Amino acid sequence: MRKMTKALMGMSSALVLSTAIPGLAKADELTLCWAAWDPANALVELSKDFTAATGTTMKFEFVPWPNFADRILNELNSGGKLCDLLIGDSQWLGGSAENGYYVKLNDFFDKEGIKMGDFAEAAVNAYSTWPKGTPNYWALPAMGDANGWFYRKDWFAKPELQTAFKEKYGRVLGPPQTWDELKQVAEFFTGREIDGQKVYGAAIFTERASEGVTMGATSALYPYGFKYEQTPGKYDMDGAVNSPDSVTGLEAYKALYKCCQPPGYTDSYMGEGLDAFKSGQVAMAMNWFAFFPGLYKDEKVGGDKIGFFVNPKQKVAASTLGGQGISVVANTDNMDGALAYIKWFAQPDVQKKWWALGGYAVHNAVLNDPSFKASQPFAADFLVAMNQVQDFWQEPSYAILLQAMQKRLHDYVVADQGTAQEALDALVNDWKEIFEDEGKL
Amino acid sequence: MTDAPSTIAERSAEMLARATPTTIAVRVRGFSDRAIAWLFITPTIALLLAINIFPLIWAVYLSFTNFRANRPNAEVEGVGLRNYQRVLNDPDIWIAMQTTAHFVFWTILLQTVIGFAIAYLIDRKFRGHAFWTTVILIPMMLSPAVVGNFWRFLYQPQIGLFNYIVSFFTGIPPSSFEMLGSVALAPWAIIIVDTWMWAPYVMLICLAGLRSIPDYIYEAAEVDRASAWRQFWSITVPMALPFIMLAVLFRGIENFKMFDMVMLLTGGGPGSTTEVASITLKREAFESWLTGRSSAFAIILFVAVFGLANIYVKALNRVKQR
Repeated sequence: MRKMTKALMGMSSALVLSTAIPGLAKADELTLCWAAWDPANALVELSKDFTAATGTTMKFEFVPWPNFADRILNELNSGGKLCDLLIGDSQWLGGSAENGYYVKLNDFFDKEGIKMGDFAEAAVNAYSTWPKGTPNYWALPAMGDANGWFYRKDWFAKPELQTAFKEKYGRVLGPPQTWDELKQVAEFFTGREIDGQKVYGAAIFTERASEGVTMGATSALYPYGFKYEQTPGKYDMDGAVNSPDSVTGLEAYKALYKCCQPPGYTDSYMGEGLDAFKSGQVAMAMNWFAFFPGLYKDEKVGGDKIGFFVNPKQKVAASTLGGQGISVVANTDNMDGALAYIKWFAQPDVQKKWWALGGYAVHNAVLNDPSFKASQPFAADFLVAMNQVQDFWQEPSYAILLQAMQKRLHDYVVADQGTAQEALDALVNDWKEIFEDEGKL
Repeated sequence: MTDAPSTIAERSAEMLARATPTTIAVRVRGFSDRAIAWLFITPTIALLLAINIFPLIWAVYLSFTNFRANRPNAEVEGVGLRNYQRVLNDPDIWIAMQTTAHFVFWTILLQTVIGFAIAYLIDRKFRGHAFWTTVILIPMMLSPAVVGNFWRFLYQPQIGLFNYIVSFFTGIPPSSFEMLGSVALAPWAIIIVDTWMWAPYVMLICLAGLRSIPDYIYEAAEVDRASAWRQFWSITVPMALPFIMLAVLFRGIENFKMFDMVMLLTGGGPGSTTEVASITLKREAFESWLTGRSSAFAIILFVAVFGLANIYVKALNRVKQR
C-alpha cells in the first residue's frame, strides 16, 4: 500500500511539474506574437538567422486575423506573459503606449544607434509613434502594408474583351486609374462568361465583425477626400467625416458592392477575397500587399495571369494603411533578449533578407535600392502606395471608434439602411460621444 | 433477517469501508453526520462561490463604475446609475432586444410545434421507431460550431445545397437570393438552423410527457366513444402540457442568450439585422472594452431572464397542480 502511495505521489508530482515547466520563460527563449498569415511564415524563416547568431530559441504565437485583436488585446489587458515581442496593429499604439503595455524605445534606439530616419517616414509615423508624428517611439517599423488591388491579366488581355471594352468605353481595357474607371471595369466583367464560368467584377471587403468593411470603404473614402478632422488634433469631425466628398466616396463604394461583388460576399474579408480570386470568380480584388507574393506564386492564377495596381485615385491619391511595427511587451521576463531581437531586426542586411523572403521591409536601404522596383512585379506599386497611405484613428479608444464605423458602414453598404449622408452623420455623432467620454471634446 | 449486505451497492460500500485505512476512520469518527456532510460539500460550495457568485457580485459592482478592462492603470470612479441609464436609453440596445425577442418567439414556436408533432408520431411506436428517434436526435448532438459552419456552406448562394433545393421547387435561380446576406432572409436563416438543431430536444421532452400518460385513460375514452381528435385535445395535450412548458422554458432561456449560432452564421449582420443582445453585449465588453457599461447591460439581461423565468415557473407549477 505504502509503495502504491509513493508511486502515485511520484506520478502526480511528475504530472504537475511537466505542466508547470513549459510555463516558465527560459532566458534564452523569446516568444513573438503576430497574426497568422503569409508574412509570418517568412518571419519564421528569417528568425532562424537570429537564433544562429545569438543562440536564442524563437517561439511564435500566430493568431488568425479574425481573432488577432481579441486574443492579443486580451493578453495585454490581463497582464499575460505570452508575448515578449509583439507585431501589433498600428491602431493599438495609442492604447498600448498610454496603458504601459509597450516599452518606449527612444533611449534604446539612441544607445544602439538605430535611427528612425533610416526607415520610410510614413511607416515610422504610422507604426512607431504615439502621439502620431511625434518623436516618441513605441515600435520599430516591421511590416509595411497598404490595401492594393490585383487583377486577371490574362482576362484583360483577351482580344475580344479588349474590343468590346473599347467599343463601350472608348479606351483600352487596363488597370483602372480612378474609382470611376474601377467601377466601369468591374461592371464590364460582371455577368460575363469567361472560360466557361460566370464571373464578377470585383471582390471587396464587407466583413462586419472586426475591421473589414472599414478597411475596404476607406479605400474609396480617402481618394474622394474623406478626412477625420478639419484641423488635425482638434477632433472637429463635422464637415470632414460627413463632407459631400466623403458622402460621394461612400456611395461609390456601395455602388461597387452592389454592381459587381459575387453573390454571398456580404461578410467577406481577406480570406474570402483571396478565395474569390483564386477560384476564378472575379476579375479584380482588393487586398493587402502582404498577400501579393503568395498570389504571384499561385499555380492557378499567379505568374503571367496576375497583375497588380495601386488603389485608384479620385480627387486625391490615397491608400488605406495596413502593416505593423514590432514592439517589446513591457511585461516580458526577457527584456534583454527582446531588445536584442529589435536591434538585430533593424540591421539593413536583415531588412534586405526580410524583403527577399516575402516580408515588406520599409528600411530605406531596401526601398532606395535601385533594384527594388524591379525586384517583384508589385514592388513599384508598393512604393507608390506607401507614399500615399492614410490611417484610421490611433487613439487609445480606437476599438470603440472602429466598432462604430463598422456598424454605420455595414448598415449602409450591405444592409441598405439609410443614405450615405445619414450613415456618416450618425458616425460623427458616435465618435463625438466617444471623444466626450474621453474628455477630448 | 440477516445482517449481511444484500445488494451489490451495499456489498460495495462494505468493501470500501473495509479498505479505508484505520487512521482515516479514526479521524472521521469524531465528526457528526452533519459535519461530515459539510466536509464533503464545502469544496463544491467554495468553487461555486468563486466561479459563480463572486463574479456576479463583482459585475454588479463594476456596473456602477467607469472601469474599462483595457485600461487597468486608469482610476476607477463610481458613476452611480449612469451606466444603467445609458444602456436603457440606447436605441441600438433596444433594437438588439427586439431582435432577440423576435428570435426567441419564432424559434420557440417552431421548435415546439415541430418537436411535439415528431414526438406524437414517434409515440405511435411504428416499425423502426427507435432507429428514427436516434436519427432525429443527431442534430442536437452536434457542436454548434460544426452546425454553424456547414450551414454557412448550405446557404452559400453559388454552391449551397439549400439554395439549389429552393431553386428546384420554385424555379428561382439559386444565386438570386442570399439567405445570410439579405436583410429580409438572414433572421429566418438563423431561425431555420436553430429549429433544425433544437426541435429534436423539444421532441425528446415531449416524448417523455406522452409516454407518461397511462394507457387506461385512453382506454376509458375509447369506452366513452371519444373521437381521436377529442382524445388529443382532452387527454394528450393537457397531460403533456407541463412537459411542453418545461421544454419552452429551457429553450426560451437558451435562446434568450443565443450567441454561437448567430456569430457563426451572420456575425450579427447584414448591418445589425441579426445582432441579438448577447452579441451587442460581447461587442461592448470585449471589443469596445466598456466594462462598466457592459456589466450594467449584463445585469439588466440577467434580471430580465431571471424575472421572466420565475413568472413562467409559477405558471408551470399552476398547470402541474391542475
